[in-house]
Amino acid sequence: MAFTINVNGADHTVDVDGDMPLLWVLRDELNIKGPKFGCGVSLCGACTVHLDGNAIRACVTPVSAVGDAQVTTIEAIGETEIGAKLQDAWLEEDVIQCGYCQAGQIMSAAALLANTPAPTDGGIDAAMAGNICRCATYQRIRKAIKRAAGLDTADTRG
Amino acid sequence: MPLDNAEQLPAAGLSRRGFLRAGAAAGGGLLVGLNFAATAAAQSAAATEGVLNIYVTVGTDGAITIVNKNPEIGQGIKTMLPMLIAEELDADWDRVTVVQADADGAKYGAQFAGGSFATPMNWMPMRQTGAAARAMLIAAAAQQWGVGAAECSTAPGKVVHAATGQELDYGALAVAAAALTAPDPATLTLKDPADFRIIGTSIPQVDTMRILTGQPIFGIDVEVPGMKYAVYEKCPVFGGTLVSADLDAAKAMPGVIDAFIVRGNNSTEGTLGGNVLEGLMDGVAIVAENWWYANRARSVLNAEWDTRGESASDAEHAAKAAEAFASGPGDVLRDDGDVDGAFEGAAKTIEAEYSYPFLSHAPLEPQNTTVAVHEDGSVEVWSPTQNPEPGRAGVALALGVDPSQITIHMIRNGGGFGRRLNNNFMTEAAVIAQRAGVPVKLVWNRQDDLRHDVYRPAGFHKFGAALDDQGNLVGFKDHFVSFGQDGRPHSSADLAPTTFPVEYVENVRYEQTLLPLNMPTGPMRAPGSNALAFVFQSFLDEVAAESGKDPLQFHLDVLGEPREVVMTPGFMGPQPGFNNARMADVLRIVAERAGWADRASLPQGTGLGIASYYCHLGYFAHVAKVTVDANGGWAVDKIWMVGDVGSQIINPTGAVNQCEGGCLDGLGQMTLGLTFENGQVVDSNFNTYALPRINKMPPVDIHFHITDNPPTGLGEPALPPVLPAVANAIFAASGRRVRSLPMSGASVASA
Ligand code: FES
Ligand code: FES
Repeated sequence: MAFTINVNGADHTVDVDGDMPLLWVLRDELNIKGPKFGCGVSLCGACTVHLDGNAIRACVTPVSAVGDAQVTTIEAIGETEIGAKLQDAWLEEDVIQCGYCQAGQIMSAAALLANTPAPTDGGIDAAMAGNICRCATYQRIRKAIKRAAGLDTADTRG
Repeated sequence: MPLDNAEQLPAAGLSRRGFLRAGAAAGGGLLVGLNFAATAAAQSAAATEGVLNIYVTVGTDGAITIVNKNPEIGQGIKTMLPMLIAEELDADWDRVTVVQADADGAKYGAQFAGGSFATPMNWMPMRQTGAAARAMLIAAAAQQWGVGAAECSTAPGKVVHAATGQELDYGALAVAAAALTAPDPATLTLKDPADFRIIGTSIPQVDTMRILTGQPIFGIDVEVPGMKYAVYEKCPVFGGTLVSADLDAAKAMPGVIDAFIVRGNNSTEGTLGGNVLEGLMDGVAIVAENWWYANRARSVLNAEWDTRGESASDAEHAAKAAEAFASGPGDVLRDDGDVDGAFEGAAKTIEAEYSYPFLSHAPLEPQNTTVAVHEDGSVEVWSPTQNPEPGRAGVALALGVDPSQITIHMIRNGGGFGRRLNNNFMTEAAVIAQRAGVPVKLVWNRQDDLRHDVYRPAGFHKFGAALDDQGNLVGFKDHFVSFGQDGRPHSSADLAPTTFPVEYVENVRYEQTLLPLNMPTGPMRAPGSNALAFVFQSFLDEVAAESGKDPLQFHLDVLGEPREVVMTPGFMGPQPGFNNARMADVLRIVAERAGWADRASLPQGTGLGIASYYCHLGYFAHVAKVTVDANGGWAVDKIWMVGDVGSQIINPTGAVNQCEGGCLDGLGQMTLGLTFENGQVVDSNFNTYALPRINKMPPVDIHFHITDNPPTGLGEPALPPVLPAVANAIFAASGRRVRSLPMSGASVASA
């Protein structure tokens, strides 16, 4: 069945089964490879994209449910002010190890900062709880979010 | 004359022969060596391209391209190895582009990510590679100016002649330099470390921006023309064979192109070199227009497997271990002094049993590989592998092609942790692509990954210790129940007879009992050590508590006075053995940083634990601070790490990142464990195999103690002491000993 979805500002029409998760439409049909596959069941956050600005797991979102919503992926998040600040902060804090989770981390962080411009440590924990980093770059993710938010990056928890 | 310098290079503090040849023994045909001179053919091309050697190309515009030879798995090697070259080349880092080498052992020598070996193996050769290129640029400038090369020097990106004030950019010299003969590395003077501009500075990974903008740089992102997508359904019980599957039902599913049966060798033996087919198991391949279609069609396969009555389980392993402990003695691995006498004459003896579970590597990027079998019979492989050469051997055998017909592109790994040292996914992808007749990208799902790993083996230990009336350790024993066959432990399931405290206690006995196992095991980050550090360093803390000494003092007393360091056989040839003075130093320093001496002033329910471990040539000591509340709930407040990995931290930001990763990896292992029942892994995703999330990452204080020793690797040695430091802190905070992993994340009460 044909679906037209708007991804990063452009309309795309795909002819796929309506149950197909958005993740596989993006990756295998539209060759938008930024969103990653990690678990397929909403447990790791690697596939996180925005639907009208809200962070969602593309691996459990059927393409038929997207409708007219605007899909934003890591490829275009740098065009938003928050996204660009996060990318700068991620570079500045040298967050990355393998990097596989980081697209999803940044998308979750961007949704967090859009709603909560100055998150607390607890707020960061809650908003980022769905994103696994197997390499454990969490310390730097926390700092990079604070840096992007213009907060003191010192870890005051210990 | 092109220089073949493979036999001429000294290797940092290592025997040259051992350095050049050692890989063949341990790595399944890998040849460790260095051959950086361009071949004769490449040299003639070099005259126009500025190719100074196989690693360094200087463009006429001064842009420098440096080849990274090793697989990038997130350890930062694609940045770190080129930094070594760029330093001695005196390059301007901002003008350096790094390109990834294909797998080509004849050209690059050993190319793998494992054992924290990259630093000790490449520290000197990569620097010499850069120095050789720099010497050629200097020679070209000297010729042009008609002055002696010795009068010339370099500044970042240019050659300078101080006497006349002349300068030439590397770009202006590139073509002339490339026409010159590469120098004899023995004649090269390397930089004084005091002059390093690149080494020792924090440089973000070269692929950072591509990752932050979602560029397709991981194995799973590979797209080749005409490619289709595949899954491979295997028996959940290792070694099971396929009886039947409804291929027609799968083929009738939307998007499915083909479904077929593949016969494997169904061996679970070995991982590295032991099994050249790299574990190809019976299975059903489904090829589709989109990965999701392929994966969905698995649900209608209705595959029936012959599992040969396999029924092993965690409970059965534990029962067999208890039996082995009760019936005693196992095979003797080590028997020093008079152990029985020491225990009989002891003022105090302590006994305790420890255990730990099977673990999965679970890199976040699921296993995958893309393969194209070309019309001329050649095979092209794009794979996120840590260890391409065994993969090549597996593909060659499985497809019946010559290894030289196979090109392996090493694509960035979304995490490795040792998992991708085994290439069974590569073999599967090749077999499926050949049969499908089109290029295929095979992608495992998470269940495939957790149920078809090469696991960190479980283990059981029964320890004993004897103390004299001064609280000194005079006897030590361990009965280790592990897995293996015919007296040979499976991969990563062994206990080295030299394991500490051997040689630091007069009377020591290690025994081993091996249980049969039908699942493959293999190295996982700090293999062996990740489990052994927990049990040995936790038990020693129990003994320390019984000795009446401060645990730090107890450890220092066991280590004793500094001893002469003896050379011991190692992967790369003879290497310095355990240095007790280096270990004592990191222990003292971490205690100092963590406020160990003042720990009595911590609030009720908060405690510090200390532990240390030596592995992969690195010395690490950690202190953990843990708080246990009245209900047994526990949280790690902070970890202090001190490491001695030699004279130089090459890329400090990357080094610290590896230690932070090792910290949470170790913490995660306190509460992680696979469930094994009816001969198979039960876990299928992160709901039960619950990797730690951001709230579990404590603040970490990391300090490198710089010593006058050759630099060594950091991917692994920071991990092992985390577990016992935390377990010992839980004891200090609550009086409860953690002797069996996994423990509950919610409460120490169930520990
Ligand atoms: S792949 Fe979607 S949450 Fe893991
Ligand atoms: S950086 Fe590797 S999973 Fe996060």
